[in-house]
Amino acid sequence: MRKKLFSLLLLVSLLSAVLCGCKDGSTERPSADGQEPAIGSTGKTANEITVGIAQDLDDSLDPHKAVAAGTKEVMFNVFEGLMKPTPDGDLIPAVADHYELSEDKTTYTFTLREGVQFHNGEPVDAGDVVYSIQRCADDSEGEPLVPALSAVQSVTADGATVTITLDQPNTEFLSYLTLAILPEGYDQQDTAPVGTGPFKFVSRAAQDNLILERFDGYWGAPAYLDRVTFKIMENADSIMVSLQSGAVDLVAHMGSVQAAQLADTFNIEEGTMNLVQALYLNNAEKPFDDIRVRQALCYAVDKQNIIDIAFSGYGHPIGSSMYPAFGKYFDESLANRYTPDLEKAKQLLSDAGYPNGFSMTITVPSNYQPHIDTAQVIVNQLAQIGVTAEIQLVEWGTWLSDVYAGRQFQSTVVGVDASNMTARALLERFVSTAGNNFINYNNADYDALFEQAVTTFDDAGQTAVYKQMLENLAENAANVYIQDLADLVAVRKGLTGLRFYPIYVLDLSTVRYE
Amino acid sequence: MKYAAKKIAAMLLTMVIVSLLAFTAFSLISGDAAEIMLGTQATPERLAALRAELGLDRPLPARYVSWLLGFFTGDLGVSIQYKQPVWDLIAPKVLVTLCLSLLCFLLITIVSIPLGLWSASRSGGALDGLGTVVNQLCMAVPSFFTGILLSWGFGIVLKWFMPGSFPALGADFPGAVKYLFFAAAAIAVPRIAMAVRMLRGTILTEMRRDYVRTAISRGAARRRVLYRHVLKNSLAPVVTFLAQTMAEIVAAGIVVEQVFLIPGLGRMLVASISNRDYPVVQAIVVILAFWVVLAGTAADIINQRVDPRLRLGGDS
Repeated sequence: MRKKLFSLLLLVSLLSAVLCGCKDGSTERPSADGQEPAIGSTGKTANEITVGIAQDLDDSLDPHKAVAAGTKEVMFNVFEGLMKPTPDGDLIPAVADHYELSEDKTTYTFTLREGVQFHNGEPVDAGDVVYSIQRCADDSEGEPLVPALSAVQSVTADGATVTITLDQPNTEFLSYLTLAILPEGYDQQDTAPVGTGPFKFVSRAAQDNLILERFDGYWGAPAYLDRVTFKIMENADSIMVSLQSGAVDLVAHMGSVQAAQLADTFNIEEGTMNLVQALYLNNAEKPFDDIRVRQALCYAVDKQNIIDIAFSGYGHPIGSSMYPAFGKYFDESLANRYTPDLEKAKQLLSDAGYPNGFSMTITVPSNYQPHIDTAQVIVNQLAQIGVTAEIQLVEWGTWLSDVYAGRQFQSTVVGVDASNMTARALLERFVSTAGNNFINYNNADYDALFEQAVTTFDDAGQTAVYKQMLENLAENAANVYIQDLADLVAVRKGLTGLRFYPIYVLDLSTVRYE
Repeated sequence: MKYAAKKIAAMLLTMVIVSLLAFTAFSLISGDAAEIMLGTQATPERLAALRAELGLDRPLPARYVSWLLGFFTGDLGVSIQYKQPVWDLIAPKVLVTLCLSLLCFLLITIVSIPLGLWSASRSGGALDGLGTVVNQLCMAVPSFFTGILLSWGFGIVLKWFMPGSFPALGADFPGAVKYLFFAAAAIAVPRIAMAVRMLRGTILTEMRRDYVRTAISRGAARRRVLYRHVLKNSLAPVVTFLAQTMAEIVAAGIVVEQVFLIPGLGRMLVASISNRDYPVVQAIVVILAFWVVLAGTAADIINQRVDPRLRLGGDS
């Protein structure tokens, strides 16, 4: 009896320890402005939504250090630069009110907008702008955070104006000034970021959620929603169940099959992912060092077939390293440069010395289902010309290390995005000496064209050169280009106002209840 | 007392070995935190600078030793990814996982022991055949699948809970426990099936023993023999099994937490491994190891109380 009593006591004390502990262990971090966030358990007030995102903001909440597309996508709501992009792909002044460009196109003079304040209530002054730009241009650790800013000669403040002087004219310079303006001397951007955007950061719980609230001191049109909770949900089944149960109101980047199942209670809005999805080929590795082999693969892979089979017809075929949202550079005809032709492909292969085909490995990051699906269709298509492809799934970290940095691979299916709204962001990487030229593309004409592009200071001329570079990539079959994936967003019926951008962002400031 | 000291020393040693194994295995996979944080924008200079900033440029043994020293002085370090002290980061998740595991364990114990007894006492009946089939089925279905079924059935169809909206433990404890119950059930089902089968088997074997036949022939009621003698003798393997179940609960929890979107250690562990956030991985691995070792030790002690024959020499 005593033993029983003892074990019962033990159990009770253990349980009560757990219960007490649970009460103490508040899961929320204090908010940026020092208030305790009050997280509703289940009771949802009318004016807030929960957005499901597939990955935590793993790199850094500091906008200058963040690199992951998924992080920038969310934090777009929190930060703004002197300029900000619009859904049409233009740039409009944000923290700046207007700017003037000198005759020789090397000096930009920005006049700051009056009454812009940070989420902590401090007004934005010229000093903060200079600090933010210099922080990104600082090259004391080798390359600056934003490489293009190495062209900045000086940044000076004078009252409400900021003057930026460049070494030489750069037609794309303005797009780099979308970099976030941060308060000078604030050192907790990593954990409690402060910006000027329509939403302010409230709290985060690692691998669980991130909460934003409307910033009432915003200079522009205020956001409609009071509060947005980003919930991290990696598992596709859980995303579906959460959407159906009502726990989540909006999820971007849905699969087409899943999206179709939600049609009753959700509007499925279609945008583009703004990615260059391709079977990237290691141009330095046998047999892909032979242009005929690369071209043979291009003739064997049927883009439309991939889109139809793996993406229910959603997706936009592409033929070079450019996606349709960049209307200025995108050339529709390149997508048809290699119309599927198995005979031609076989002929090219036997010319190259592979009459019986060969075996190859396609390395695919295991956390990107669309790329895995694409690779599976490609394997079947290549089998028709005698090429035996094998898919090797690797973790994202391994992919970055082995494929991207180490360039130890034969071929890989991924989507490459543009870090800002310039053609340079997509094309500079294929210059033979570029540090991120992971496919080892080595083409003297291409290098010369790039040199020409960055030293051409009129927009039309520069665009023409960039277009030639795109043709060069297609002509030499640098990669087997496939598509810009469709971005299917499930939005609960009753919600409206979502706008798509030509870059990878999720703007919630215009989302509202009808 | 000597016995307790020995046990504690063994536990500590186990945990150090586990942490060393985890650290070694972790350093064998390619890619490090700096490469992942910089992603596709990594350059050799930036990588080197970030590695220096994160302390990743130090040799592996030095990193392990400083981690171990920190661990013994109660400092788990700072998460590379989140720039927050590891303990602050994982403490709420430890509680969630602890609640989930305990709930699951209680569920298994409360359901399987009566069910095992009942099933043994009804052996050979018509219901028994059906029971065996159900039992087999429960064992065969993996927890994540049961989880998906439960969240669909009870969440979407019956609306007993809202999958994907786990309330914070501190804010709404009953709501959180209710939510955790469904996840615990998903983990428990195959384990309950196994425990029932095991208990049933042991009891049936035990029932054929001489002392049982003697007791029954002496006129003792079958029921009384079952509860007074047989159960006590059959319990030892079950207790050991339940202790081992603790490890399985922890392992299954990693998957089931993701299905139910519960912010526990499982999701944190998986994410930290893919982000190469070694201070977090080390801390979680050691906590889980402690939890499992503790369950094993508890089982040993309980078994010795139930059955003095199992006591080791040297214990007074």
